[in-house]
Amino acid sequence: MSSLEIRDLVVALTATPDKPIVKGLNLTIKTGEVHAIMGPNGTGKSTLSKAIAGHPDYQIISGDVILDGKSILEMEPDERARAGLFLAFQYPSEIPGVSIANFLRAAVQARMAEGEELDATGYYKKLYGKMDMLKIDRKFTSRSVNEGFSGGEKKRCEILQMAMLEPSFSLMDETDSGLDIDALKIVAEGVNAMRGDKLGVLLITHYQRLLDYIVPDFVHVMYDGRIVKSGDKSLALELEAKGYDWVKTELAAV
Amino acid sequence: MSASAAPTLTPSLDSVRFATHLSQRSYLPAWWLETKKAAWNQFNALPMPSRTDETWRFSSLSSLDISGFELPEDASQHIPNLSDFPHAAEIIYSNRQLVARSAVPADLVAQGVIFAPLDEALTKHGDLVKKYFQKLPANLGSEKFVALNTAFTGTGSLLYVPKGVEITSPFVVQHTLSGANKAAFPHTIVILEDNAKATLVEFFVSADKSRHLASGVNDLHAGPGAQLTYVGAQNWSADTLAFQTNSIVAERDAKVLSLNVHLGGRQARHESHSRLLGPGAHSEMLALTVATGDHEFDQRTLQTHVSPNTTSNLLYKNALLDTAKTIFSGLIIVEPDAQKTDAYQKNRNLILSDDAEAHSLPGLEIQANDVRCSHGSTSSRIEPEQEFYLQARGIKPEAAKQMLIFAFFEEVLNKLENEALHKSLSTLIESKFKK
Repeated sequence: MSSLEIRDLVVALTATPDKPIVKGLNLTIKTGEVHAIMGPNGTGKSTLSKAIAGHPDYQIISGDVILDGKSILEMEPDERARAGLFLAFQYPSEIPGVSIANFLRAAVQARMAEGEELDATGYYKKLYGKMDMLKIDRKFTSRSVNEGFSGGEKKRCEILQMAMLEPSFSLMDETDSGLDIDALKIVAEGVNAMRGDKLGVLLITHYQRLLDYIVPDFVHVMYDGRIVKSGDKSLALELEAKGYDWVKTELAAV
Repeated sequence: MSASAAPTLTPSLDSVRFATHLSQRSYLPAWWLETKKAAWNQFNALPMPSRTDETWRFSSLSSLDISGFELPEDASQHIPNLSDFPHAAEIIYSNRQLVARSAVPADLVAQGVIFAPLDEALTKHGDLVKKYFQKLPANLGSEKFVALNTAFTGTGSLLYVPKGVEITSPFVVQHTLSGANKAAFPHTIVILEDNAKATLVEFFVSADKSRHLASGVNDLHAGPGAQLTYVGAQNWSADTLAFQTNSIVAERDAKVLSLNVHLGGRQARHESHSRLLGPGAHSEMLALTVATGDHEFDQRTLQTHVSPNTTSNLLYKNALLDTAKTIFSGLIIVEPDAQKTDAYQKNRNLILSDDAEAHSLPGLEIQANDVRCSHGSTSSRIEPEQEFYLQARGIKPEAAKQMLIFAFFEEVLNKLENEALHKSLSTLIESKFKK
């Protein structure tokens, strides 16, 4: 079993290090678990996921992120990815001129030992299998990464990458945003198919709707850069019913 | 040293050397020898480019020194194989010697297709060569070096495709230079008659790291309704002074796609002039450059729209590394009769080093009133969000950077219909990045 520990994490934009966005966040995720972080806009949810993935726009001011007992903060983004972290982007980049097939191939190759050859037949077999599962047309392999994709196609492409790269921990940043209900179901089915002992998931979402389809083991409410409330899946329903103002009021009362 | 009956060669391209060159070709048609003599005189009469020449703005001039070069006499042992894609036939020169030639498929010969080395074409199809040879020269500033090409050319080819013959498999011509101070003057003529279709791929390559001089010229003529694809890819040594001049003519409803790939050379000047002579004619003008070291890539283009309803689309992409320098200067001329012209010109520079220098001089000269024209140039760097996206998938920074550089070129390479050729050119470009 693997674990991802976020300890007293303080994150700011690299450009404004004196204005923290994440303000001392603690969370431990183990493989086999699905955690959901919910919270209003601007509370630091996306900042958290990007900082963990090593995005250069974000600076970790203090605290630590520990993957299986080892801090990842000194690691480059690509090293973090190869160590088993995956960030499903809220707004995946369009990369004209790089086909999905070549892109994924390079990502799979990067995980292999120096000099080891990729088994092309096996690779395509696996790729097509995952594409079928996510109802992605096989013609997509020759299309440029995310270029001209609809919102739903982009998100399915993120899940496809996750399925191919088999991370230990996946940080899913608002994967439900911009999805209609059919696309949401396909994405959820994909994630559910990957659930199991070898994968830990952190779902970041604004809406409870996603959690109807990917049922979390734990739900955390994030507000003003911290986790202010944790519970099981019923917390999400309560939040949906009462709204985020409920959390604010409750916090104010403390 | 052993005595030899052969005339003594002076190690430069002087009158003595020219006279020898001419005497070795006395069996060729008289008009050709006269053309060569006139060109030699023109070469000598024309001044070297100077600071006041608008067509040489931003170019390095002191480095255009062509003294000390000589015509090679012996083929090199080492000849790189670049035509690793299915092709109809090929002609390979090494140091001006015809070292390999594959037969044109019999069915094409039966249909009247001609693919021959230049000297043979002059002997057997002299009138055809005469009709098209530099009838509409590019005239974009390198007239002196084009004249030098005509004076000394002996290597090159003629591809002639008769009316209605469509050939998908490319024809290949390769020019190889090796040994210090050797020079090459290739001249290629492609003639497609009405509704014919063909592709010619020409490689220019140094087989070693020596100092070389090359001045290549072509005449690309697409008759009515013809579809002509020309690829010229150069990978000269880092100590080569290179000139490459395209003259493109498209008649009524003809479509021409030209792609020039520039990978090598200390200083490489490329000129390309498209003339849209008949209504409905189209010219797609493409170029890719990987500029490394302290090398200079100088590109001058002209899209001349003579007839109405003609279109042209130019896309020149340069990736600049190290302290490399690129110059793009392009002009679109729409003549008074050329109404309903669509003409586009784009120069995109990918700046990969703070010390690289990209100059861009786009231009328009419109004499008709009902046209759509645009021109523009951009210089950009690798998009950090794209770089992060690739790295977030575990791709190492160097590999990610390389993928994005290739992605920049794909937009151009994707315009090639032939997948195998596309792949082969990608591999050639990739080799430029291997250390």
